[in-house]
Amino acid sequence: MFPDEFDYYEATSVDEAIDLLAEHSGAETELLAGGHSLLPAMKSGLSSPDVLIDVGGIDDLHGVSVDGDTLVVGAMTSYSDLLDADAAHKHAPAFAAAVGQVGDEQVRNRGTIGGNLAHADPASDLPGAALASDATIVAEGPNGEREIPIDDYFFGMYATALDPGELVTRVEIPSAAGAAGAYAKKPSPSSGYAMVGIAALVETDGGTVTSARVGANGVLDHGVRLEAVEEALVGGSLDQESIEAAAAVATDGIDEAMMMSDLQASAEFRATLLEAYTKRALRATAENAAPRAAD
Amino acid sequence: MTIESVDPDDVTAADILGSAIERREDPALITGDAEYTDDIQLADMAHMSVVRSQYGHARIEDVDTSEAEAMDGVVGVYTHDDLAREDTPGEAPFNLPVGWLLPSLNDVDHPILADGKVRYQGDAIAIVVAEQRYQAADAAGAVDVSYERLDAVTDPDEALSGDARQLHADADDNVAFDWEIGDAEKTAAAFEDASHTASIELTNQLVIPNAMEPRAAVADYHPGTDELEVFMTSQNPHLHRLLMSGVIGHPEHKLRVKAPEVGGGFGSKIHHYADETLVAWCSKLLDRPVKWTATRSETYQTDALGRGHETEAEIAMDDDGDVIGLRVDTRANLGAYLSTFAPAVPTYLYGTLLSGQYDIPAIHGHVTGAFTNVPPVDAYRGAGRPEASFVVERLMNRAAHEMGMDPAEFRRRNFVPDEAFPYETQVAVVYDSGEYEKPMDEALDLLDYEDFRDRQKEAREEGRYLGVGFSCYIEACGLAPSELAGQLGAQAGLWESSLVRFHPSGTVTAFCGTSGHGQGHATTYAQIVANELGVDYDDVEIVEGDTDEIPHGMGTYGSRSAAVGGSSLVKSARKVVDKAREIAAHSLEADPDDVEFENGEFRIVGAPDRSIGIQSVAEQAYLAHDMPDDMEPGLEATSFYDPDNFVFPFGTHAAIVEVDPETGEIEFEKYVAVDDVGNQINPKIVEGQIHGGVAQGVGQALYEGAEYDDNGTLLTGSMQDYAVPKAEHVPEMDTASTVTPSPHNPLGVKGVGEAGTIAAPQAIVNAVTDALEPFGVDHIEMPMTPERVWRAVDASATADGGHDPEDGTADGGDR
Ligand SMILES: Cc1cc2nc3c(=O)[nH]c(=O)nc-3n(C[C@H](O)[C@H](O)[C@H](O)COP(=O)(O)OP(=O)(O)OC[C@H]3O[C@@H](n4cnc5c(N)ncnc54)[C@H](O)[C@@H]3O)c2cc1C
Repeated sequence: MFPDEFDYYEATSVDEAIDLLAEHSGAETELLAGGHSLLPAMKSGLSSPDVLIDVGGIDDLHGVSVDGDTLVVGAMTSYSDLLDADAAHKHAPAFAAAVGQVGDEQVRNRGTIGGNLAHADPASDLPGAALASDATIVAEGPNGEREIPIDDYFFGMYATALDPGELVTRVEIPSAAGAAGAYAKKPSPSSGYAMVGIAALVETDGGTVTSARVGANGVLDHGVRLEAVEEALVGGSLDQESIEAAAAVATDGIDEAMMMSDLQASAEFRATLLEAYTKRALRATAENAAPRAAD
Repeated sequence: MTIESVDPDDVTAADILGSAIERREDPALITGDAEYTDDIQLADMAHMSVVRSQYGHARIEDVDTSEAEAMDGVVGVYTHDDLAREDTPGEAPFNLPVGWLLPSLNDVDHPILADGKVRYQGDAIAIVVAEQRYQAADAAGAVDVSYERLDAVTDPDEALSGDARQLHADADDNVAFDWEIGDAEKTAAAFEDASHTASIELTNQLVIPNAMEPRAAVADYHPGTDELEVFMTSQNPHLHRLLMSGVIGHPEHKLRVKAPEVGGGFGSKIHHYADETLVAWCSKLLDRPVKWTATRSETYQTDALGRGHETEAEIAMDDDGDVIGLRVDTRANLGAYLSTFAPAVPTYLYGTLLSGQYDIPAIHGHVTGAFTNVPPVDAYRGAGRPEASFVVERLMNRAAHEMGMDPAEFRRRNFVPDEAFPYETQVAVVYDSGEYEKPMDEALDLLDYEDFRDRQKEAREEGRYLGVGFSCYIEACGLAPSELAGQLGAQAGLWESSLVRFHPSGTVTAFCGTSGHGQGHATTYAQIVANELGVDYDDVEIVEGDTDEIPHGMGTYGSRSAAVGGSSLVKSARKVVDKAREIAAHSLEADPDDVEFENGEFRIVGAPDRSIGIQSVAEQAYLAHDMPDDMEPGLEATSFYDPDNFVFPFGTHAAIVEVDPETGEIEFEKYVAVDDVGNQINPKIVEGQIHGGVAQGVGQALYEGAEYDDNGTLLTGSMQDYAVPKAEHVPEMDTASTVTPSPHNPLGVKGVGEAGTIAAPQAIVNAVTDALEPFGVDHIEMPMTPERVWRAVDASATADGGHDPEDGTADGGDR
């Protein structure tokens, strides 16, 4: 209810943010983006930073654009702004579908793409979608800019490959304009976060699946790709039978002992949901594939 | 079939009663204009924060307040020892009293600040007062409490087992009371004679009330007059005044309790808690206003919980399927202390409803109350009656299945027949009126029941599982009369008081001792008074919630306001009309017996052109220039209305659901609510109450449940973890009503505030078990989370050795 006291700085540029991070590296420092994960944590006493550096107002970090074959999303772009951009739906169908299912309208108006991926909450909706979309996280720090492939990015609960002095500046997503994508989520009835959430991005050629990426939220302590499902899909067609078969291996390679287990759903039940929602995500993908193929 | 709201300006005074006019309070509530307790800002106001037990059960070894006392802005830090000090106000017991006594009750102490021991997580240990709210909260965090942890128990059966740690020295084996109702022998005999029986074992889980506005209080002591004003989130200010007066030793007539706008209660603001009392004590001690507002976390930890039953029940039938006996044994979780009305809820508000809508010749109920290390448990929307209806309606389903009969037909054949009213049950109450088949017929119609059974069969063949569940509920509202309440142990009367006052200009203020907190009383009461007096609806103002303005009152709970408060307003208004008639007769130079009153006009019978309006009479009454001999000036009347009996609303709710056995997910296809709440003052408000009530029942059936670990630590401590149903979780509802007026109150009204909550859970559980009948699933505990449903399907399949529903006996039967 009452956050502890903190100092507040407003950064107007990426450089200023990096300088402020360096200056306060001795204190517990947090970047403030949309504040929709950080402020609840501060109010409930789970997080108690000494210094907040507000990066939400940095103009360069806002906006969705297309650069050649890449969709570029500024880190401080709100969910709503992404959803308003046609390019996002065209080039990143699975990612856009997941963004559309984050929280509610108010959350989507305030929360940001970069804040979500930096926070790396395993029950949030974007990790799985970023994995399915083969995104690249672009971060900047005192040593300049670096690109982190999404497969090397998520480590664990709230843990990523970001260094303390770095901030996420943008997310780059290779265009999937020829593919079909979807996101299927089982929201917790209390928090609305994902008990499980499955993002799928599938490319087909003449009815045969040529590539598939499937990412899952809410299953492990970080977003994870369902590689067994991907392998099962490739080479087949996206029909009912192959979807069932692919979903049946959803838990392959996932250690049930490491599976999330809480009041909402035990690990055992999560495994069941994982399979069921993989099926739903793939079915929705197949449905989306038809109209896209017609484009 | 949603009811359309009507603009009151389009309704004539003669039609105002029963019209679905818009609620007059809504604009202020919606725009934020309404003033709630936390909106009150007084000059020099300090803020209180409460240091609460982190543990479910512990001995307090030491409370070190030194660091907190030294912090910025801190005015003082107080513990139990400070209450009794000579230089602090009051010589009272500083113990919260219980307002309902049972012969076997172990009335344990409930100190407002812990006296060496804490018994639930959230139990108050110390209070901090500071200049600002933040400072108070920070300093509360700096109070250092040393605990010696004790074993905790949260389950009533474990608490009573004899193996659990005892909470109170004077409650052996944690027994709070041992209570029974009905005739044990006669019931045993019925079971011996029975040709069929069915039984069930169930839990009615603990739920957290979740009023939108957290509890809050502002106290303002005036040393010059010794007057203590307390603004608080109260459902019953006069009761709170009486109780608080005793707890802190402040004379009742110098204590003013005022409930500003109150944002919901669901029962949680009936009870008298430590916190509000401590605010009052602090204001006296410090000679300055003090405020406390609960955080949401505090409401989760300290608002009295609802439900919390462990029950075994059995039902006996003869060969024809007539119910001949019912037997219930319940262990009720009362939490750590006895909250204000706690002993009444699992006894007289539960056992007396065990006959449901049915003519059952032998019933026996036995209830043991248990102390456990969870917050006190007390009345929560429905209070006892939902628990009763849940047991009865789950049993009726089991019984129908046992008899191989359709669940609707089985219920129908056992209904109390229309001609049997007033009907005396085997559990001490007399149902005032009822026509139970009517709502059932209407519900079957709305469900398209015959067609549904066909669809259900077809769906099962496709591997889809649809189910229908019925709930033919009975409710008792407006507990009365006071004499009976007294015999049952109530430490209060259960009448209601009101004052109807004409102003000289002809407008009216009506004061009532109920205390609305979202129900729309300002609208419905004005409809009642305008109708009685024949004046414009807009000319009537309603005042509730202030002990200084209102003669007296018992408050709003148990769906009593319309039946008892509304009737009291009728009584006062009729007294006003009687006096006005004499004044009118005097000015018309006629005998009062020759003066008739209609639509606000007094007329001489047979000479209709000679008339005078009641608003002109009001003016004359205050001018008092020409009054009848010996008549006092003014035009107002007070009354105390004590009803002859409870009122007994009833109805049939039914749900159609589809269950996905693979994921345990439940979807509503239809929800039908047919309620008979007697005459309706405002059908739109009735509909709204049903909607909200059903939403809350859906919450209990599918989502809500307070979970504690073995140490008594609340695991569902916030809305992140405790699922209050959102709009997307609540089904579309088909609502309809039948009208069977109550014969014993002047309005013919019953009550509607709790009906939906009472009815919904068992309709939904019955629907889900019907859907999963092919899997052999015959019970799932609430909340029926997807995981629970999935496990039930899984367990039944395993128990059956891999039972395949597709080739099972999917005969459309019901469980
Ligand atoms: C009611 C509610 C419901 C929600 N429901 C969902 C849901 O269904 N699904 C879902 O996915 N999320 C949900 N969220 C969370 C929401 O999406 C958050 O907005 C998101 O998780 C974090 O983004 P933010 O911009 O608000 O970041 P903030 O809260 O401002 O920051 C989060 C963390 O990321 C760090 N950070 C922020 N920006 C950067 C950056 N550029 N570089 C490095 N680190 C950075 C911060 O220091 C902080 O530690 C919900 C939130 C609320 C309040």
